[in-house]
Amino acid sequence: MLPCTGRIDEALLLKAFENGADGVMVVGCLEGDCHYVNGNIRARARVKRVYGILEKINIGPDRVRMYNLSAGEGSKFAAYSNEFVEQILELGPSPINVARGATGQVTSQEEAA
Amino acid sequence: MITGTPKPIEEILEMIEPYDDIIVAGCHGCVTVCRVGGEKEVQVLASTLRLAREASGRKIEIKEVSLERQCDPEYVETMRPYVEDHQAVLSIACGAGIQFLAEKFTATPLLPGINTGFLGVTERQGEWAERCQGCGDCVLHLTGGICPVTRCAKSLFHGPCGGSVRGICEVDKEVKCGWQLIIDRLVALDQMENYGKLKPYKGWNSARDGGPRRIIREDMI
Repeated sequence: MLPCTGRIDEALLLKAFENGADGVMVVGCLEGDCHYVNGNIRARARVKRVYGILEKINIGPDRVRMYNLSAGEGSKFAAYSNEFVEQILELGPSPINVARGATGQVTSQEEAA
Repeated sequence: MITGTPKPIEEILEMIEPYDDIIVAGCHGCVTVCRVGGEKEVQVLASTLRLAREASGRKIEIKEVSLERQCDPEYVETMRPYVEDHQAVLSIACGAGIQFLAEKFTATPLLPGINTGFLGVTERQGEWAERCQGCGDCVLHLTGGICPVTRCAKSLFHGPCGGSVRGICEVDKEVKCGWQLIIDRLVALDQMENYGKLKPYKGWNSARDGGPRRIIREDMI
């Protein structure tokens, strides 16, 4: 959990995939409503750069997505989460996890623990 | 600063194809400032390469390092204890840094992860522009602080030429005529007399034409 999506950078998002994530959901405050002025705008640009990276290495840009909502929109958060999970289930395991599954490796740090 | 752009990931993957254990080396100097070869870019590139290789069914081990400067021996030497434990070094410093590593670590292949650009400035975030070609004989005091070698596409010394139309250079409609900029600036500074002080010809022996250059400061040796 980060206090602001402005702390998100490309390396953190990619690390999640290295650690076995099939998809990464970035949830920031509404644009124009950032407590740190433009953290969520910076995050949007970084997420966009990660789309490009994932596309080039055939993992697919659809596995990362940014949503914007306010802290008071719990039901919207639940709806976005369900929507993203559905999207990832449709895509199936990431090529990393497929490769790890083929070689019998654990697919995430949690499993390793 | 020395600027650069990342090489396409496909090109880097092809370069590292023979290797299963490499170092990705960044630099805290110019390439950090222009966001192409610093510590963060090392992390992103290393992660990208690990993911790409693992997805293709052949994992790669990557050690991530970032030196204070790859163009200074005292920092380069910090890599010596472990550099030969790896099959190759992929450097995302400028061409000078990459070559310096190659000179120091002769038993290890050095691979370039960026394309080095030019000596330039940050005009705004994400946009850099060339300002100096290091010709070795600066005349900026006579040209209103605007370099004719760099800003004029032909490096003329008494422009503008016939290819300048309404302040735009004929080579590209996005490129301002360097000499129009110089004249406008000299007029604004009331220094047009400087235009006549320029040398009738420029000696290029201090520029790149004389081969690789070297500066020796006897007072510092």
